[in-house]
This record gives sequence, structure tokens and C-alpha cells, in this order.
Amino acid sequence: MKDFGFGLKKSGVIDLDQTDWTLLREIAAEEPSFMNCFYCGTCTATCSAGKYTGFNLRRLQLLIKRGQWDEVARRIPECMLCGKCQWVCPKGVNTRHIVMLINKKLHARKIC
Amino acid sequence: MKLEGKKLIWKDYQKEIPDDKYFYVRSCIRQNMFPASEHYFLKIMREDLGKDVYETEHHTTCGGIGYHCDVIKIETIMSIVARQFALMTEAGYKNYAVSCITSFGLYTEIIHTWQTFPEILAKTRRQLKEATGREFEIPEHVAHASDIIFKLRHEIAAKAKYRLVNKKTGEPLKVVEHIGCHYAKMFPHKGVGGAEYPYVLAGMIEAWGGEIVDYPERRHCCGFGFRQYFVKSNRGYSLSNTHKKFESMEPFKPDMIITNCPGCPYFMDRWQYVIAETEGKTYGENGRGIPVFTYEEVAGLVMGYDPWDLGLQVHQIGPESVLDKMGIPYDPEAKYKGLDGQDLGRPEMPKNISCC
Repeated sequence: MKDFGFGLKKSGVIDLDQTDWTLLREIAAEEPSFMNCFYCGTCTATCSAGKYTGFNLRRLQLLIKRGQWDEVARRIPECMLCGKCQWVCPKGVNTRHIVMLINKKLHARKIC
Repeated sequence: MKLEGKKLIWKDYQKEIPDDKYFYVRSCIRQNMFPASEHYFLKIMREDLGKDVYETEHHTTCGGIGYHCDVIKIETIMSIVARQFALMTEAGYKNYAVSCITSFGLYTEIIHTWQTFPEILAKTRRQLKEATGREFEIPEHVAHASDIIFKLRHEIAAKAKYRLVNKKTGEPLKVVEHIGCHYAKMFPHKGVGGAEYPYVLAGMIEAWGGEIVDYPERRHCCGFGFRQYFVKSNRGYSLSNTHKKFESMEPFKPDMIITNCPGCPYFMDRWQYVIAETEGKTYGENGRGIPVFTYEEVAGLVMGYDPWDLGLQVHQIGPESVLDKMGIPYDPEAKYKGLDGQDLGRPEMPKNISCC
């Protein structure tokens, strides 16, 4: 193959027909409140880790639902598991459990 | 008559196109990439259809390339355009025919600006007078050359020797039509059919016997985009646009592509080679690409002109598959010979795509 000094750029389009839903399904099965999130961002607004790092729980939930695990794996170790997000969540999402589950599932897949 | 439904919607996207007496301006880049297209537009208009089309060697670039690459200010472009219109006025014409899609968009934009802000028009008139001593009138009609061929498509069909039909099977050829972005995406009312449903090339395909391929990314840009291509590090974006279109049209197995822009046929033609050489993917039959044509080349083919006189040998993706299907005779030995019969040399053939 030739190198022209440029090449195809990966498309930013999320093709839901090609999305890997397995992580989403496994987490939702073990922690059904995961599906209650309506992305208000209250968890992120109150997050201690988020003040000093790029950790953003609202975004991570969205990325899992899009099947984009790479950034989730990069960010998930930044959570300190303080649980403030869980106190403020208006939908009663068990956020600490979700973070633990994400860690466990990604480690099992050797992604994290 | 009371207009209802689609007729009511479409009345806004009909365009008055004079069929004669044009002042013609060429593109900066088309003569390098499609060397006979403009020549055959003039030949078909003048000799085959008997129209009055005037051109002068004194016209220049419209400045559109510099404008869209952000290196020339609009005020300077207006003076260039005003000089072009002064040449038209001096030659006694009122209808302006444009070869290039970007020029067409730019003329449309500038005329709209002048009509909206008369003080800018007055300033441009003053600057042109001071710089060159010339005066100008705004054209009564600005038509892209494809508008004119569209208008005359049935006259061309009546004189055609070949049709966009597979001679062996009798089936119409499946044709992808691609419209340059600057044709109607900026000013939809200035294009035949508007921005979303432009009819200018589709009308030609129908009149000449082909079948239009309607695929999901039909209105997607070819990827030229000026900034994407002219900066080498950005060319991946240009390539990715073209790739997206070809991935989208591939399931429909098109026989050919017809375009009305300087950049689109070039990139849809050449990027097929780059995709083949970097990704190993081809989109035509038997490891070939899909041949890409300008509308003048297709008009020339149906009128029976020699494919090599039409300059088809400079295409990256050879036109032979389409010529064979249409039953157009050609001499393979003459492909790389100049007008005087002198051998022009043969290009190096790529490894991953068959180009003839």
C-alpha cells in the first residue's frame, strides 16, 4: 500500500447498527437504575474528582450507551468513589455501583 | 392558474435560462483536468446548435479560488468580477455563461450583495473606473454552462448518435449525478430544482436515456472544499468525503458518474485511485473504478465525438467500460496520441485498480 502523507479519517458518525451493546446490557442487568439516567448532569456538577480531572459521569453513561468504551476506560480510574453523585441524583441512580460495575466489566475484557 | 402541492413548492426553483447570445467565461482549472470540456461546450453550442456564444482572451480568473482559500478579500474579488462584467458590456452581451461552479456561486453572491447594498456597488464601480477606466452593467441572466446544456438537452437528444443505454441489453445505464456545492447550496433559487433536488444533471440523464441512481449520500460534498484539499495535512478530510459517497453509492452498482463542477469530477476520479492504493478497495466492475465525466464530455459522447478528442484519456479511471456499454467505437492505439498523431507517452498504471 502506498503512503501519500494523508489518509482516510475515521468518521465521527455513530452507527447504532454497528454499536456493541454488551457492556450496556450487562450493567443494566445488574444495576437496572442505570437506565433511569436522563443526563441532567447533577452528578457531574457535584463531583469532587471532576473538579481536578476530566472525569464526567454523565458523559461516561452516554459513551457506554453509544458503545464508545475507549474514553470510559481512560477516565474511570479517576473516580474516588466518594458517592456524592449518588446523594444528589434526582432519579435515584446507584452511581457508585455503576462505576464499580464498569471497572469490573472493563477489567474482565482487559480494556481497563 | 392556482398552484398547489409540489407545483407551488417547485415554482420557486425554476430558473429563466436564455437559449442564445451568451458571453462565456472559462474556469481556471478545468482546462488542465478536463482539457476538452470547455472546447466541446463551445463547439456543440456554436456548430451543432447554431448559438451565439462569445468569449474573449482578456478575461481572467474570477478570484474564487483565492476567496474560498481565505487569501483574497471580497472587495478585491468584486473589482475582478466587475472587470469581467465590463468585458461583457463592451462586447454587447447581457447573458453571462459561466464554466465553473465556484465562479457561478461567486457571481451570484456578489450580484446579490450589490442588489442588497447599493453603496457597495457604487464603490465597486468607482474603484473599477479609477483602476481601469472601464464601466459595467450587471448581467440580465447569469447561467452556469450546465444550465444551458440542460435547457438544450432535448435538442442535443434529437441530434444524438448514442444514448446512455447498454447496447447489448437495452437497459438504461445507471448514472450517478453529482452537483457542485456552489451551484445551489448557497442560493437555492438560482439553481434548477434548488439545493436539495437539483434537476440540472438529472434532466440531461433522463433526456439522453440513462437511469438516475438515488443513493443516500447523493447531496454530500465531493470533498474538494478548498481548505481541505489545498493544505496537504487536511487532505484526509477531502478523501474521507469522497470515500463516504462511494461507500454509499456502491450497493447501487452505478455504471458512470456525471458532474457539473471543476473539482468534483477531478476528486471523484483521482480519489478512487488513492482509496485503491491505500485501502485496496475499488468500486467498479472487475477491479475497475467507476468512470467520472463532465456533462460536456457526456454531451460530446452522445453527439458522437471521438472519446480521445474529448480528452477522456486524461481521466484516472478509464472510460472504456462506458464506451463499450454504449457501443461507442474507439481506437485503443490512439488513446495516448496527440491531435497531430504524436505519441504522448503512457502513464504508469496503478497496482490496485484497473484503469482502462
